[in-house]
Amino acid sequence: MNPLELAGARPGPAFGVTLDGRAIEALPGQTVAAALWSAGVTSWRTTRGGGSPRGVFCGIGVCFDCLVTVNGRPNQRACLVPVRSGDVILTQEGTGHDGLG
Amino acid sequence: MTASDRTLAVIGAGPAGLAAALTAADQGVRVTLLDSAAQAGGQFYRQPAVGLGARRPEVLHHAWGTWLKLRDRLAAHIAAGRITYLSDRHVWLVEQHLEPGEVRGGAGFTVHALLGPEQVEPEAVTAAAVLLATGGYEKVLPFPGWTLPGVVTAGGAQAMLKGGLVLPGRTVVVAGTGPLLMPVAVGLAAAGARIAAYVESARPASLVRQAPTFAANPAKVVEAVGYAARLIRHRGRVTVRHAVVEAHGADRVEAVTVAALDADGRLRPGSERRIACDTLAVGHGMLAHTDLAESLGCAIDATGDPFVVTDAEQRTSVDGVWAAGEATGIGGAVLALAEGEIAGYSIAARLRGVEPGEADRAAPARTRARLRKFFAAIDTACAPPAHWTEQVTDDTVVCRCEEVPAGAVREAVRDLGATDLRTVKLLTRAGMGWCQGRICAPGVAGVAGCAAGPAKRTFARPVPLAVLAQEPDGRS
Ligand SMILES: Cc1cc2nc3c(=O)[nH]c(=O)nc-3n(C[C@H](O)[C@H](O)[C@H](O)COP(=O)(O)OP(=O)(O)OC[C@H]3O[C@@H](n4cnc5c(N)ncnc54)[C@H](O)[C@@H]3O)c2cc1C
Ligand code: FES
Repeated sequence: MNPLELAGARPGPAFGVTLDGRAIEALPGQTVAAALWSAGVTSWRTTRGGGSPRGVFCGIGVCFDCLVTVNGRPNQRACLVPVRSGDVILTQEGTGHDGLG
Repeated sequence: MTASDRTLAVIGAGPAGLAAALTAADQGVRVTLLDSAAQAGGQFYRQPAVGLGARRPEVLHHAWGTWLKLRDRLAAHIAAGRITYLSDRHVWLVEQHLEPGEVRGGAGFTVHALLGPEQVEPEAVTAAAVLLATGGYEKVLPFPGWTLPGVVTAGGAQAMLKGGLVLPGRTVVVAGTGPLLMPVAVGLAAAGARIAAYVESARPASLVRQAPTFAANPAKVVEAVGYAARLIRHRGRVTVRHAVVEAHGADRVEAVTVAALDADGRLRPGSERRIACDTLAVGHGMLAHTDLAESLGCAIDATGDPFVVTDAEQRTSVDGVWAAGEATGIGGAVLALAEGEIAGYSIAARLRGVEPGEADRAAPARTRARLRKFFAAIDTACAPPAHWTEQVTDDTVVCRCEEVPAGAVREAVRDLGATDLRTVKLLTRAGMGWCQGRICAPGVAGVAGCAAGPAKRTFARPVPLAVLAQEPDGRS
C-alpha cells in the first residue's frame, strides 16, 4: 500500500522538475516538499552555522526548516510552495539571500 | 445599521473558523473568511490537493460526514454572497482603528494579508468584527538528534500525508505524548508505513485516575480505543511510560534510542533500547497560535503554554475581537466546532447591538464545558516527563533556526544571570531566527528553568519590506 493507492488518487500527468540539475518527477498539486519526499529526498538545505542538513520539520509553514531555492528565489518554504512543471529547485546553503523583513 | 451591513472577518478556515462563519452567516452577517491554505478545512479536515484526484479522501479522516456538511453549507453561503472566501491569504497583521469613522465603511479593523504561496503581494480587508480561529501547531521538546532530517512533528507527517499523499519514509517510530499521536500512527500505517514503535511517555495509571472525566465522554473514549485497535491490527507495538532520548544518524535519522521512565519521570538506567527506523514522528502536545491576538493587545494566559483568553461568548479582552478553537487552548476539532458556533451567535447578536440569546448557544456550550474538562484531564495525564531536560546534552541544539546549543542557554542562566526568556534570547539569540521562537520557546524555557511567557512578535508572518512601504487597497 502507498498513500496514493490508499486515497484512490488519479493524479494529472506527472511532470519533470530538477533538484540541483537532477531530474525528478512530480505530481500536480503536490508541494515542493511532497515532491522531494516522493523522490526519496528528505534534506535540501544546510544550516548557516553548523552546515547541518535540514528538511521538513513542522510540515505546515511554522518552523522554516524546509527553506529551499525555487526558480532563483531563495528561502521558499518547501512545505507551502506548490511544485510546478519545469521548476528549478536548488538545495540551499547558509542564508540564501533573504528578501523578507 | 443592520447586522448585514457590517462585515465579520474570520481568520482561519479550520473547524472553529468554519463553524463561526457559517453560524454568523446563517444569522445574516456578511462574512469574509480568510485562510492561508489553498483549501478550507484547517488541520483536521486537510485534504489532498485537487490535482492529485483523490477518489477516497475520507480514508485518512475521522468524522468525514461532518466535513461534508460544513463544505456544503459553505458552498451555499458563498453562492448566496453571504460569505466571501479568500484562500491562500496569509494574514500578518490585524490593525484596529481607534476612530472607526476614519475608515472606509465604518469598519473598526483592517486585516492585512499576503497573497499566494510566494506571499509577496499584499491585500487588505476591512471589517467591523474579527474572529481569530488560527488554530495551533505542534510542540516538540528538544533531545539529541531532533534536528536530523527524517525527524518530523507527528502532525507535520500527518499534514504532508493528508495534503500531498506522501510519506517521509517506510519505517516510522511515533513518539512523545498526547492524543494526536494515535491518529497519526494509524494514518501512517494505513498509508503503508511500518510503525516500528509507538512510544508514549504518559502512564496508563494517570489516565485511570481521570476515569470519571473519561466516562463522561464515551465518544472520545470509543474514538481512542478504535485508533488503538487499528494500530494493533497494523502490527504497531505500543509502549507506554517510555520516551525517545536520542535520534541517531549522519544525514538523516537511522535509529532512535528509547528508554523506560520511572514513576517520577526519570530515565530508568539500563533500560535503553535502540530501534532502527528512517522516520521519527514526534510531538509533545500542541501550542496555540497567539500572534495576531498579541499584536491586537488581547489578553493572553501565559502561566503555562500561552493561549488567548476568552469569555463565555468567546470574546477576547479587545472589543470587537473574538477567538475560537485551538487559539484559545488545545482541545481538538469537536471543541473547535462548538467554540466557533458560540462565537458565531455572539458576533451576530453583538453586531446588531443586542445580547446573544442563551438558548442558541446552550448545546454548544454544554459540549464546550464537557470537552474542556476532558482535555484538561488529558493535558495533566499527557504532560511531558517531568525531568525531560536531563536528557538534553549541552551540545543539543535547542533553537533550530539560530542553532543555539543547550549549553549556551545554561551558561546564560548560570553565569550571566538570565532569569527570563527575553534575557536568554538577547544573550544567546535563541528565538531570534526565522520562526521567531515559535518552535523553540518551550524547549529553551524548559532548559533555562523559566516560564515561556508571551512572545510579543511584531508581525504574525514574515513580511517583505516592500509591502511595509506601500499602502494596499482596502477590500471589505
Ligand atoms: C499539523 C497538524 C496536524 C493535525 N492533525 C490532526 C489529526 O490528524 N487529527 C486530529 O484529531 N487532530 C489533528 N490536529 C489537531 C487540530 O489542530 C485540531 O483538532 C483542529 O483542527 C483545530 O481546529 P481549529 O479550527 O482551531 O484550527 P485549525 O484546524 O488549525 O485551523 C486553523 C486555520 O487557520 C489558518 N491560519 C492560521 N494562521 C493564519 C494566518 N496568520 N493567516 C491566515 N490563515 C491562518 C490555517 O491555515 C488553518 O487552516 C492537527 C494539528 C496540527 C498542527
Ligand atoms: S517544514 Fe516547517 S516551515 Fe516547512
